[in-house]
Amino acid sequence: MAQTTSPATEAAPGEPDGSAPGPASNSEGGDQVDGGETDVVGLGKWRASAFVAPALVLVAIFLVFPALWTLYIGITNYRLTGIAARAPEFVGFDNYTRAIGDANFLNSLWLTLIFVLFSAVIGQNVLGFALAWRLQDVQGWVKGMVQSLVLLAWILPSSIVAFLWIALLDRDSGTLNAMLGTPGLAWLIEYPMVSIIVFNIWRGTAFSMLLYSAALASVPPSQLETATLVGASRWQTLRDVVFPHVRGHVLTNTLLISLWTFNDFTPFLITAGGPNGRTETLPVYIYNTAITGGEMGYGAAVSLIMLLINLVIAMFYLRLLRERR
Amino acid sequence: MTTVAAEPNRGSAVSEKRAPAASPSIMTPRQVVGRIGFYTVIALATAFFALPMLWLLSTPFDDTPGLSISVPDLTLNNFRDLLDNPYALGSLVNSIVLAVGTALLVVVFAALASYSLSRVKIPGRDMLLYALLLLSSIVTGTAAMVPIFLMMFELGLIDSQIGVIMVLSGGLLPAAIFILKDFVDTIPKSYEESARVFGASSFQILRHIVVPVIRPGLATIAVWTVVNVWGNFLVPFILLRDTDKQPAAVLMRTFYTEGGAPNLALISTFSLLYSIPVVLMYLFVSRKYGFRFHGGIKS
Repeated sequence: MAQTTSPATEAAPGEPDGSAPGPASNSEGGDQVDGGETDVVGLGKWRASAFVAPALVLVAIFLVFPALWTLYIGITNYRLTGIAARAPEFVGFDNYTRAIGDANFLNSLWLTLIFVLFSAVIGQNVLGFALAWRLQDVQGWVKGMVQSLVLLAWILPSSIVAFLWIALLDRDSGTLNAMLGTPGLAWLIEYPMVSIIVFNIWRGTAFSMLLYSAALASVPPSQLETATLVGASRWQTLRDVVFPHVRGHVLTNTLLISLWTFNDFTPFLITAGGPNGRTETLPVYIYNTAITGGEMGYGAAVSLIMLLINLVIAMFYLRLLRERR
Repeated sequence: MTTVAAEPNRGSAVSEKRAPAASPSIMTPRQVVGRIGFYTVIALATAFFALPMLWLLSTPFDDTPGLSISVPDLTLNNFRDLLDNPYALGSLVNSIVLAVGTALLVVVFAALASYSLSRVKIPGRDMLLYALLLLSSIVTGTAAMVPIFLMMFELGLIDSQIGVIMVLSGGLLPAAIFILKDFVDTIPKSYEESARVFGASSFQILRHIVVPVIRPGLATIAVWTVVNVWGNFLVPFILLRDTDKQPAAVLMRTFYTEGGAPNLALISTFSLLYSIPVVLMYLFVSRKYGFRFHGGIKS
C-alpha cells in the first residue's frame, strides 16, 4: 500500500514548479532531512504532538487494533451466527492445526504462490522491464500510446477491468475466442489460473514499467556509448552495463509487486475463487470462509498467517530501503 | 506519470544512439530485421493492453450491445438503461461521498501530522515513521478484512458510510503521511523563519505561509486518495449491504450476477461513466504536477 520511498525518487529528483517560487537550493533540503530541524513555527512539542494525534488515533483504531485483534479472534471459535456468536470460546491453536491439515487451505496457499510467482515476480517484472527497455529508444506518439494504455489498465477501477476480462474471455461471444478461432472455449473454466495470471500481468505491469523507466534513465549514457563503441551486443550491454545499475531496483520492485499481488482481491471479481476453488487465492479463501461462511475464528487464523507473510516481505523491503539511504 | 525530470538526460542518450540507424542507406539487413522485430513486439504489447479495453469504448454506443467487440451502430439508447436503473446514478453519488469524505479526512490529518513530524523533533519520531510504513504495508484490506468486518459488526457500523470512510482513512493515512512528510522536508524553512521575524503568530504562519507552499503536495494526496477510494471494492463490499448506500464499485456486481444474463447496455454505459473521473484526474495530475512517481497513484 505504501510505495512511498521508491527508489525512483533518486532517479527523478527536482520538484515540478508549482505556483510558489520554487523550493530553493537542494543543500538546504539536505540539511533538514538529517534531523537538523528546528521548530521554526514555534509549535512546541505538545502542540506538535496534538497535530499528530488525530491521524494516529485513526491508524490505531483501524490498522493497529485489527491486526492485534486478529491474534485473539484466531484462538477462538468466533462465528457470525449461532451459539458461538454470543459467547466465543477459546480453542487454543485448533484453528491453526485445522488450517495446516486442511486441503483447501494448502491448495489456496499453493495457488497464491503460483499466482504471485508467475503474474508478479516473472510476468509483471519481465514485461515491465521489457517495455521500459524497448520504449527507451522510441520517441513521440508510439511511446505515449503504449505507456498510456499500460497505465490505463492500471488505474481503471477493478470492478470495471474485471468485467472487461469476463467479456474478453467469454465462452460464446468473447473477443478472444473470435480472434483465436476457438469458439466455445470457456477460458475461465478450462484455464482459470492461467486466465487470472495473464489478467494480473495486464493489470499491474504499469508499476514495473514506470519504475524501470526511471531506473534505466539513471544509467550513464557514456557507459552505453562505450559499450556500443567496443561492439557489445544488445544482450551484452544489458547484462554488463545496464543490469549492475538497476539491480537494486529489480529487488525493490519484485518485493513490492509481490506484496501487492499477494494481497490482491481482484481475482475474486473475475472467478470468485471458482471453479471448485481452482483460483481461490488466500484473500479469496479468507473471504469465502470467514465472511461468507461465517467462520470468523478460522478466518482470523488464516489472516494471521497472511499478516506474517506480509511482515516478512515488508521487512525485507524496508531493510533494502535503509541500506540504500 | 512519466518522470519528467529524467527526460532531457534520456533524450540525449537516445539521439546519439540512434544516429547511425537514422539514415536508411547504412541500415544492414540485420538492422532491418531488428527494426521489424522491434515494431512487432511493440504492436503485440499494444494489442495485449488495448484489446480488453476496446469493449469499453465500443459497447456503450452500440445498438445491440454484446460481449464481443464490434464496430457499433451508433446510438445513445443504452444510456437510457442507465437512467432507468434506480441505483446506478445514486451509486456514483455514493462513490463521490466516500471518496471526498476520505480525501478530506486524509488530507487534513496527514497535513497536520506530516508538518509536525517534519519540523518538530518529537521523541520517538523515527521509530513512529518506521512503524507506520511497516504497518501500512502489512495490514492490508485483505489481510485485515476479518477483524475489520467483525469490529464494525460489533460496533453496529455495518451499512454506515462514515464507517467505511474511517476504515479507508485509517488504511491510507500512513502512506499519505509518508509522502507528505517527504514533500515538506524539501521545502526550505526560510519562508517560515522570515515570517516569524516579522512577528507572525504560529497559526498565521501555518495558514498564510505553510498551507500555500505545500498545496501541490496536498493536491497530490487528495487525488491519490480519491483514486484509491474510487476503485476500492473490498471494504465497501464487506461493510455496506444496503444497495442504496453502495458505491459504484460494489453495485456493478449486481448488474451481472443477479437475474441471469448481464445487462450489457447498463454495464457498458455505467462502466464508461464510472471510469471517466479517474482518467480525468490522472490526466490532470500528470499534466499539472508531473507525478514524481514516488507515492504512486495507487496502492
